[in-house]
Amino acid sequence: MNRDAPVVLGIETSCDETGVGIVRGTELLANVISSSMDEHARYGGVVPEVAARAHLEAIGPVITAAVAEAGLSLDDIDAVAVTSGPGLAGALMVGVGAAKALALSLGVPFYAVNHLVGHVGADVLAAEGQPLSYPTVALLVSGGHTSLLLVRDIVDDVELLGETIDDAAGEAFDKVARILGLPYPGGPQIDRVAADGDPRAIRFPRGLSLPKDMAAHRYDFSFSGLKTAVARWVEKRRDAGEPVPVADVAASFREAVADVLLTKALNACADTGVPRLLLGGGVVANARIRDLAHERAAAAGVELRIPPFSLCTDNGAMIAALGAQLIRAGRAPSDLGVPADSTLPVTEVQAGRA
Amino acid sequence: MLLAIDTSIGSSAAVVSPSGEVRSSLGVTDTMRHAEVIGELIRDALAAAGIGADGVTAVVAGMGPGPFTGLRIGIAAATAFALGRGVPLLRLVSHDAIAAEWALSGGEGQLTVSTDARRRELYWSRYLVEGGQARRVDGPGLVVPAELELHGEHVAATAVDAGRLGAIAAAGLRDGVEFPALSALYLRSPDVTPSAGPKRVTT
Repeated sequence: MNRDAPVVLGIETSCDETGVGIVRGTELLANVISSSMDEHARYGGVVPEVAARAHLEAIGPVITAAVAEAGLSLDDIDAVAVTSGPGLAGALMVGVGAAKALALSLGVPFYAVNHLVGHVGADVLAAEGQPLSYPTVALLVSGGHTSLLLVRDIVDDVELLGETIDDAAGEAFDKVARILGLPYPGGPQIDRVAADGDPRAIRFPRGLSLPKDMAAHRYDFSFSGLKTAVARWVEKRRDAGEPVPVADVAASFREAVADVLLTKALNACADTGVPRLLLGGGVVANARIRDLAHERAAAAGVELRIPPFSLCTDNGAMIAALGAQLIRAGRAPSDLGVPADSTLPVTEVQAGRA
Repeated sequence: MLLAIDTSIGSSAAVVSPSGEVRSSLGVTDTMRHAEVIGELIRDALAAAGIGADGVTAVVAGMGPGPFTGLRIGIAAATAFALGRGVPLLRLVSHDAIAAEWALSGGEGQLTVSTDARRRELYWSRYLVEGGQARRVDGPGLVVPAELELHGEHVAATAVDAGRLGAIAAAGLRDGVEFPALSALYLRSPDVTPSAGPKRVTT
């Protein structure tokens, strides 16, 4: 294997997306995703058992499709990487079981990696021109996570600055969409109706943003209170028999989320003296969050990086990319007995290190 | 050589020759550590049989019935291994291995196999064993213990031997039988109810 540019197949099954990606070093060769999102729609959120069953059905076909997309055969694979956490336990286990067996069948090394750090790893595939410089602050926002990281070195120095203490931002979008009678998933729906709304119409609360929160929760997030505030506001209107200005509610809610995410992320950049911010996770698809990120980062003199959407949502390519970085750094493979760890800490970039 | 994998109860991996000789069979009875042990079991089963991954000509998967989370791990591993080698994946009902074991030890006549389905329920299958050959005549199904109908002997199994599963598959290949396109045998729907809409937060 060429250690500088190994061909790595990455498997991602931590939530509702079965992703298999293939990279050669920092070059993206394939990124195939099968989502069970539609199966969760009528439940209003991801159902772990439904997701895990869908992973098992999809894993074989998605591996086959990725290899075909890369124009390779499985014999060309130098190593197999897999998300071993954090995520939904039963869902993770499908990927872990498949990855261990695939590595053994091909006689190649096996790397168990951290899902959240994988989101940071996606950047190396997207980088046009100069590679990502370290250290960087990373804001990862999805249906399952809302985390602020300080990445000094992607393979062995990642610090968790803060994370949500209740709902993930993506969950808040789903719940507010439901309050407004919009379908699941809520993010794109809120984005759509908010386009015609006034983001200053209603001042919804910014969680953990009061001076008293700064000591213990400067970089933590809370979206549960925001969701309840929206519900109260809407119920009051409905109870009074008044129409609910859906566009204004959606725009004001979205503004509150975007504001708190970027205020805290740019505070982290300022406090740590790191003029770089990387965004990742499916919620980054949100138009307002992207716009506000560009605006605020430019004003603060912070370099902003947002990988393309196909690499922001959960995918196997970012896992493969992180695996390739570990190989390039000379890391030994993970222990074959490594468990799926639903709460794998972000400081553990590679699980099961010998 | 056939590589057989079953995680419908504990975890088991075995290597069986095309003539049905079990070359290696390893098992872990722990029902909570399938994801941890599956890799080492496959590696060690191959090593104990003295073959490499490239010596595997077919992979056999026990499709259950079994509790969901563990069951999936063996099936996922079998699927991926078969893909990696470009060899067929042969799917079997895990209970068939238990019945074959009973037949091999001299059992004859009607047999009911049951295994733990958790949540105070049992998975069951019924067999007719004649001349050392077990044929499934009913099941697999899911019942509460009080409603388990026993026909003939009853084996309440606590393990599935992948070696036996591999031997069944080897015999099937020799006889040219068609292997069924089984999906994972959960025999239960996911525990979930559709959303009833948002709850009020003000009273």
